[in-house]
Amino acid sequence: MKRYSAFAIAREAMRHHTGWERAWKSPEPKKEYDVVIIGAGGHGLATAFYLGKNFGITNVAVIEKGWLGGGNTGRNTTIIRSNYLQDESAAIFEKARSLYETMSKDLNYNVMFSPRGVIMLAQTESEIRGYKRTAHANNLQGVATQYIDAQKVKELCPIIELSGPRYPVLGGLWQPRGGTARHDAVAWGYARACSDMGMDIIQQCEVTGITRKNGKVTGVETAKGYIKTKKLGIVVAGNSGHLADMAGFRLPVESVALQAMVSEPIKPCMDVVIMANTVHGYLSQSDKGEMVIGGGTDVFNNYTQRGSFHHIEETVRALVQTFPMLSRLKMLRQWGGIVDMTGDRSAIISKTPLGNCFINCGWGTGGFKTIPGSGWAMAELMADGEPRALAAPFTLDRFKEGRFIDESVAAGVAH
Amino acid sequence: MLLLNCPCCGIDADETELEAGGEAHITRHGAGASDDDFETYMFMRKNPKGVHFERWRHAYGCGKWFHAARCTMTLEVFGTYSAQTLEPPKALINKIKKKRPDWEGFVK
Repeated sequence: MKRYSAFAIAREAMRHHTGWERAWKSPEPKKEYDVVIIGAGGHGLATAFYLGKNFGITNVAVIEKGWLGGGNTGRNTTIIRSNYLQDESAAIFEKARSLYETMSKDLNYNVMFSPRGVIMLAQTESEIRGYKRTAHANNLQGVATQYIDAQKVKELCPIIELSGPRYPVLGGLWQPRGGTARHDAVAWGYARACSDMGMDIIQQCEVTGITRKNGKVTGVETAKGYIKTKKLGIVVAGNSGHLADMAGFRLPVESVALQAMVSEPIKPCMDVVIMANTVHGYLSQSDKGEMVIGGGTDVFNNYTQRGSFHHIEETVRALVQTFPMLSRLKMLRQWGGIVDMTGDRSAIISKTPLGNCFINCGWGTGGFKTIPGSGWAMAELMADGEPRALAAPFTLDRFKEGRFIDESVAAGVAH
Repeated sequence: MLLLNCPCCGIDADETELEAGGEAHITRHGAGASDDDFETYMFMRKNPKGVHFERWRHAYGCGKWFHAARCTMTLEVFGTYSAQTLEPPKALINKIKKKRPDWEGFVK
């Protein structure tokens, strides 16, 4: 792999840019691999990357039914934060956030991580108490956050209207090292690094069956033929239930649509990320100048990757009150992704009832921010066959044991 | 926007008038049940890609619960029926089978 650098740009400028190589290879699948990972989104590719980097396991295939990063990795609002209440969540989200800090260097690929700071608005008395509690918890967990008052919110974000008629801004939870990154680049950067380690990334290759023998996985039937494997990782977000069905077990997961949209590009007006959980809206400005807006999920099971119009209306209505200048903006695009919601709104990184088959799912509405941490923990699990500290609390059997990681109360819908 | 006919009051109700209640025909397990049964009842869901039987409440209408059969891939509504039943009506199952010959049928 040729490294990207300022020197490489100069070199290519001298020869009409004829020397750039493909960022990753597109090979035909081999007959057998040590590890097959289903799903070439951020989490699947990160798993492959850390299997190679931390454990030297490189006989790996990542197979994808569509195109690389075309699912939720390319559909989210790119927010990165780790201000979670529960210790288990804070540990893995903070691990992920810290890996984002050095990701561009680690992957030699500019993922445009921008730690511009994230404010979660407190708009009710109970939210004030909730966020103060989270700030205290975060201090104990080693996650740098603080509770700030309304004036400080206004200072950090001048376009905000504090005295909304229905939900005034009373304060906020401020994480200065949260921010955003370029979502596509995260998938592309991991894919390039994986391909460079000799891994095969196989796109347009839907899995149609999972074969097993004596309670252990033996391989996968795919659109490009049968592939044998010693270990299998299922990392497919909204389609997890479908794949689990093929592997012969059920999941405590339901798939619903979550929507986002962007406005026309405007001049820089907001250099932080704002999340308003009471009214289900979050807002940031992309480097292109578009206002990126995320909303709430639909409430019914759905695989169509498009959501209900009235949810957009709700989100926009709420955000226009808090950011009156948005009322003049035209929206450019709106889209949906299918998120996998678990009973306690926390993820599953776990062994499964099928031997040598592992699953990473249930990130729900908050998957992008955990990509590196989730890949790190999943790689540990797949390499050892047992979870290490990061993944250990996120097992599938916690629902039976009543050992929930209850972020549905702590984080609200904006997860 | 989804449009469901409420079998209780007969009105064609918009999605905004309704509350979704999740998978229908789940076997209820309470005190004294095994951990496995209780976990299945509380958390495990079919979450199918395709035909889904589900509960809805006509929250801003007559307030009654009812059941609907809907496709999660296309959002096509096959029909709605009373909640006072343990399985979908035969006629509805036949109607879905005609439209979706590959469908495995209703599995409890």
